[in-house]
Amino acid sequence: MSATIFIPTPLRPFTGDQESLELEGSTVGEVLRNLAEQYGDLKKHLFDEEGKLRNFVNIYVNDEDIRYLDREETAIQDKDTISIVPSIAGGAL
Amino acid sequence: MIRLKSADIEKIKQIAQKTYPHECCGVMVGSVENGVKTVTELIPAENQRTDSPANRYLITPDLLNELEKKLKGTDRAIVGFFHSHPDVPARPSTYDQDHAWPWYSYVIVSVSRGQAGEVHNWKLRDDRSAFDAEKMELV
Repeated sequence: MSATIFIPTPLRPFTGDQESLELEGSTVGEVLRNLAEQYGDLKKHLFDEEGKLRNFVNIYVNDEDIRYLDREETAIQDKDTISIVPSIAGGAL
Repeated sequence: MIRLKSADIEKIKQIAQKTYPHECCGVMVGSVENGVKTVTELIPAENQRTDSPANRYLITPDLLNELEKKLKGTDRAIVGFFHSHPDVPARPSTYDQDHAWPWYSYVIVSVSRGQAGEVHNWKLRDDRSAFDAEKMELV
């Protein structure tokens, strides 16, 4: 299976300014890991030290948040679109 | 570098004072040319961290997703965010760093006893190791 993955503006410097990429994978997790392997500098912005998706990284498959699907195990069909959407968080202390 | 109008800074300060002792937050939209971000619009956002609004802020992905869709195909983009630090200096906290994205500009305003003070702009290093001050030009 292959999916089109849309790269948000802050991560495009790590993908040669490409706005979208075609990547192989049967699940969301596989596609994301393929992305991180091909563009290594991007990896630490998506995954923490334990290899888990950072909690401010939100993944949508065809506009559906994967938290309401099967998370990283969400199956990918050909021509699916995957979007990486930031949440913005922080605070004084 | 980021370029803002002096009026934008005043607006951020006013918002920060209005939300004190809670943190304010919002989106900066603008154009990007030769690596220079020029802010054309400030969009205040409601702080979604209702459990701890005095020292945390959150802008949800739904808001950003909708905004990205509106901006798609235009010459404008989300270029950064602003938030306040009530009674704490306008420097990124460890929590700010842990949750930050690269490339974006993060404008922080300090609010002391309800009065907005220093405003600084920061950018996360590409390796996530620290924030650096990013030049902020007022026009």
